[in-house]
Amino acid sequence: MTTLKTKVLPAEGHLATPTSKTRHTPLVPSAGARRVWLTLLGWGIALIIFFPILWMVLTGFKTEAEAIADPSLIFTPTLESYVAVQARADYFKFAMNSVVVAFGSTVLALLIAIPAAYAMAFLPTRRTKATLLWMLSTKMLPPVGVLVPIYLIFRDLGLLDTRTGLIIVYTLMNLPIVVWMLYTFFKDLPRDILEAGRMDGASTFQEVVYLLLPLTLPGIASTGLLSVILSWNEAFWSLNLTSSNAAPLTAYIASFSSPEGLFWAKLSAASTMAIAPILIFGWLTQKQMVRGLTFGAVK
Amino acid sequence: MKLAHAFPLAGLAIAVATAAQAETITVATVNNNDMVIMQSLTSAFEEAHPGIQVNWVVLEENVLRQRLTTDIATDGGQFDVMTIGTYEAPIWAERGWLVALDDLPEAYREDDLLKPVRDGLSHNGSLYALPFYAESSMLYYRTDLFEEAGIEMPEQPNWEEVRDWAAELHDPANQLAGICLRGKPGWGENMAFVSTLVNTFGGRWFDEEWNPELDSPAWQEAIGFYVDLLGNYGPPGASSNGFNENLALFSRGNCAMWVDATSAAGKLYNPDESQVADRLGFAPAPVAETPKGAHWLWSWALAIPASSDNQEAAQTFLTWATSQEYIELVGETQGWTSVPPGTRESTYQNEHYQREAPFAGFVLDAINSADPTDSTLEPSPYIGVQFVGIPEFQSIGTQVGQTIAAALTGDTGVEQALQNAQRATARTMQRAGY
Repeated sequence: MTTLKTKVLPAEGHLATPTSKTRHTPLVPSAGARRVWLTLLGWGIALIIFFPILWMVLTGFKTEAEAIADPSLIFTPTLESYVAVQARADYFKFAMNSVVVAFGSTVLALLIAIPAAYAMAFLPTRRTKATLLWMLSTKMLPPVGVLVPIYLIFRDLGLLDTRTGLIIVYTLMNLPIVVWMLYTFFKDLPRDILEAGRMDGASTFQEVVYLLLPLTLPGIASTGLLSVILSWNEAFWSLNLTSSNAAPLTAYIASFSSPEGLFWAKLSAASTMAIAPILIFGWLTQKQMVRGLTFGAVK
Repeated sequence: MKLAHAFPLAGLAIAVATAAQAETITVATVNNNDMVIMQSLTSAFEEAHPGIQVNWVVLEENVLRQRLTTDIATDGGQFDVMTIGTYEAPIWAERGWLVALDDLPEAYREDDLLKPVRDGLSHNGSLYALPFYAESSMLYYRTDLFEEAGIEMPEQPNWEEVRDWAAELHDPANQLAGICLRGKPGWGENMAFVSTLVNTFGGRWFDEEWNPELDSPAWQEAIGFYVDLLGNYGPPGASSNGFNENLALFSRGNCAMWVDATSAAGKLYNPDESQVADRLGFAPAPVAETPKGAHWLWSWALAIPASSDNQEAAQTFLTWATSQEYIELVGETQGWTSVPPGTRESTYQNEHYQREAPFAGFVLDAINSADPTDSTLEPSPYIGVQFVGIPEFQSIGTQVGQTIAAALTGDTGVEQALQNAQRATARTMQRAGY
């Protein structure tokens, strides 16, 4: 520390000289101005990211004729498209499938991933790193490459168009990410805490349940939320493995796209309804998510 | 015991696995207006046929095609009725994927179906799909603009005239394009139109030995004409416009002319959807060297996959949804301009339809005069006006569509684009063993 101080001090002294002051001051804006700029920049970027969603929500409240007319922010809102969309397909049936499948697969993924990440973080072997990388590599395979084998297996097991089938596929799809995230959170936990527990006679199970889980809860929560969101938005498998009974909201949106005919307002209304639950869910759990994602980032 | 029942999370999810019983049929279809009407009339079918319940799976066209092929090829048995087009019907029938519809009830009146449409859905003399609606292509134009400019539409316009009119009426300052045409790449998008243009310019996809002819003078001339016409007198960004985009442009009043599917007529005539409903004129699709293949033939049809467990119930549904009674039901409940067009003679003899759909005669003539077996000036080995009825065509058509879109945007010259297309097609055909 002392060496650092002595090194810094002359620099501070140098800054204090009148010549350097005239050279530096105009380049450093006041804290207030900087905050205004940053706020504006933040809002600007947020608006750009949010604009497509905003436009979709607005289009959902237009008539089909207005939806294809020159873009305008001024129009008389109508629920016409929402009524038409609901008349065509039962939203709640699809939404229920989405909820069951997204949460079911997340719970299952966490049940499998917590012990796996525990073993890798606290009892690493020579091959742990390679195993982790290998798990991630499965994400690099384009899903369509395994569509036919999975389709055949599902057909033989009677899993086509069932929620169970989708839960299994989503769990497998999200497992690598869930294990990785949990692994990084667990690794950040000082081993001494678990060791102290062991000294007090805790079994491995108790160690995990009473020490590890409560201490890394923000991390587990954000991992779970991410898994829910990924499952909610997944479209490839849901479109290919379901038809009517287990079809989630992604299939619902796809059914409003048309090669012949005007459908923008209806498609927008359907999409708005499909993303609304997860948007509200994400908004409510925002704090938890950010806390989890930055957990252990500053040391 | 199935895994669906044994799995530990079954508490969350078993409800569905056992729901599908013998008399529930699953119908896979696309989200086109006519299909939406069919879906809304399901209750009428279920009332008339208690004991059969209909489940709907509605998907985007490309997803549907992929989904159906996966299911059929793996014998998945997820669907009992599927919506397919004129392109798939004979190819899938040949592979034994579809149930032959040889014993249709007399009351169905098979002979009432329009012959070209029926032929398009047959293979070796057997019908494999029943047409739900059919379309050809024609020229739509704005009568007000034509009158203002003092142009009279002849009974059969030719492409030279169309270009002159497009040049005269093109007014980008007022957001009016002289002509709108398909530019979005895809075998069912720009290539549907481009193939008819090539046909009428005297070209063909393949010679009788299956050698591609994409760099022939006829193709050069046709594509050169297309790029010049749409590039100079088309709407901005024409290379991303498909049927829907052009329908939106025309119904908003941004196009003076448009050559596309006859099935757009009902929508353009509907004042709720179209701002030009009262200024709409139509004429046969323009011709150049030859009238052969100048307008296409397509139908959306319902078929039963061989993997279906409920073939009898499925056939009951098929014969209901494509029957004369169904067409009358739609006319009475939804209005006569909404009836599925192009499938039955009786539709065109119906007084209500004749009165309320002034385009009816044009559509009937266009469909009846489209001959998928003889659509090119010089003989060709394939069936299909705007497509080539071989399995390889999906990929060939889409690839060629991309090179032509590149020529339209000016990324490559016409000659270069066609050379690329010729090479790619020759390679695919060689690999396929032709």
